Amino acid sequence: MTTTASRPETRAQTPEEPRQPRVISFSHRLSKWDLKISPYLYISPFFIMFAIVGLFPIAYTAVISFMDWDLVRNSGTFIGFDQYIWILTQPHFWTALRNTFSIFLLSSIPQLILAIFIAAVLDRNIRAKTFWRMSVLLPFVVAPVAVGLIFTAIFADNFGLVNTWLGNLGLPGIQWHKDPFWSHVAIATMVNYRWTGYNALILLAAMQAVNRDYYEAATVDGAGPVRQFFSITMPSLRPTLIFVIITSTIGGLQIFDEPRVFDQFGRGGAGQQWLTITLYLYDIGWGQWNFGRAAAMAWILFVIILLIGLVNLLITRSLVRDEGLRRELTKRQEKELARQAKKDLKEAV
Amino acid sequence: MSTLGTPTPLAVVEENIPNEKQRRRGARTIRIRGSRPGWIVYALLTVVFATGAFPLWWSFVIGSGDASSLRRPFTWIPGGNFWTNAASVVTNPAVNFWPALWNSIYSSFLIAAAVVITSTLAGWAFAKLKFHGGAALLVFVVATMAVPQQLGVVPLYILFAELGWTGQIGAIIIPALTSAFGVFWMTQYLRQAVPDELIEAARVDGASMLRTFWTVGVTAARPAAAMLFLFTFVGAWNNFFWPFIVLDRQNPTLPVALSLLQSNYFVDYSIVLAGVILATIPLLLLFIFAGKQLVSGIMAGAVKG
Repeated sequence: MTTTASRPETRAQTPEEPRQPRVISFSHRLSKWDLKISPYLYISPFFIMFAIVGLFPIAYTAVISFMDWDLVRNSGTFIGFDQYIWILTQPHFWTALRNTFSIFLLSSIPQLILAIFIAAVLDRNIRAKTFWRMSVLLPFVVAPVAVGLIFTAIFADNFGLVNTWLGNLGLPGIQWHKDPFWSHVAIATMVNYRWTGYNALILLAAMQAVNRDYYEAATVDGAGPVRQFFSITMPSLRPTLIFVIITSTIGGLQIFDEPRVFDQFGRGGAGQQWLTITLYLYDIGWGQWNFGRAAAMAWILFVIILLIGLVNLLITRSLVRDEGLRRELTKRQEKELARQAKKDLKEAV
Repeated sequence: MSTLGTPTPLAVVEENIPNEKQRRRGARTIRIRGSRPGWIVYALLTVVFATGAFPLWWSFVIGSGDASSLRRPFTWIPGGNFWTNAASVVTNPAVNFWPALWNSIYSSFLIAAAVVITSTLAGWAFAKLKFHGGAALLVFVVATMAVPQQLGVVPLYILFAELGWTGQIGAIIIPALTSAFGVFWMTQYLRQAVPDELIEAARVDGASMLRTFWTVGVTAARPAAAMLFLFTFVGAWNNFFWPFIVLDRQNPTLPVALSLLQSNYFVDYSIVLAGVILATIPLLLLFIFAGKQLVSGIMAGAVKG
């Protein structure tokens, strides 16, 4: 009996020992739960808002683009691809597409060349680095609408600054608002004004990541600054260049602010000289109040951006593949050379 | 802990040229890249700076003249009419300058603050916490950065019209409260700035996830958060397309108000450009105080992007 009496005691004692940790294990369980749930709690504010104002509208734009939207009832009737067909058969759409590409090319190409040049100058070991970097960035803080208004005055047909200067030189003034090409040049200038410095700083960052020893070695080898730029700087800029090209493509194809304020009517000119895709989208949606067509237009714009992005990607890949091929070729050549050397050796023996 | 307070350099390392130069002083005659460039470089930079500043100065010159100042020959000297022109901008009933200024200030501030908060939370989770689907969700967020703004405006307009919010400033704040770029930016930064050992140490010491986020994450995120705030503020301030669509003319933001300045058949550019200068002053002030941070933000973001 005594043994049986003592046994429950020991039994009671042994479970009690692990029970003490079990009291802690409540908070332990809590912390495990904390570990599992917390990440989702942290991303939820972003994703909830994003779903409502980001994802839902994108999907709903697709739905609306297949409808003839009734503004009074605020609902639509399904009509299939009619809106897309309507847009693709509008001459205005093709003019807008041409204008958008023209402005995009006129802005991105000179802008990139200038940005690389400015970055190369900033990359020198200059005094007051921060001051010069800031001064290059100054136009970036000016609102695109403000830039548009300033340059609209500079490029005014009759008394604009540029035409006055041209007149002083005895040259005829340029019809900035009549000629499609010159209107594109004027709008592209606004874009270049605002973004060149920004892109120069991005490229400068990439330049600074290049190992300085290369330049030192090249200097010792007798390479001048120009040779160094094209043989060392440019090749190492390639990924950053592609990044800059892609972001400026996405932005450039959506251009709206500058052409909108290029004249006081904001409709892209009497003959659609500078009507862009987004300007046209605005006119269809909030000028003609046709939401179905505006939605279809938005999707067409998205597809264009995707296509250009795909082209960019292909260029990137081909550039990378090029390097791979070159390396493969040299390996093959090395083998070939080795074989040749062996042959020569045998023959010599 | 002291390492947390100081901003960790991201990728751009300022070269230690003064030291190198000291080491080499007099030892070599070959000019290497680290040596000080000649006056041509400074002349070029001055030209670049002048090109950037000239349009602003010129619009101030025209904006301080009278209605015929655009027709007169070019001059560098501003006239005496700036305050008269500015007064006619702010008193123009079609422009609503003061409400526009106030709308721009508080909407940009709210948007920037909200973007920083949501991005820091999500960025912390993506960078430092392990959870199912995390990597895939991050790829998804980055992919949406290529989606143009135009793809959402029609349903958003319908949504806000249904709510009766068109013309209200809330209609431009709500859609901008989150930013895919912000999440990406914060994720990249926190991934590099916070060593995993630090989080493990905090966990071992019994800190909850929230406490770890607050003491380790938020402290480390501060420099990146400041930059994200600045960029979002500038972006929100300058945004035009969506506010132009959804706001009515009585309650605009500054860019929308500016665009209304030239909506007549006869455009008086001295008034328009005075308005441009007036509306640009707040951001110029911001640039003077925070331009350095904007520059380093671009330089840091570029390497990671």
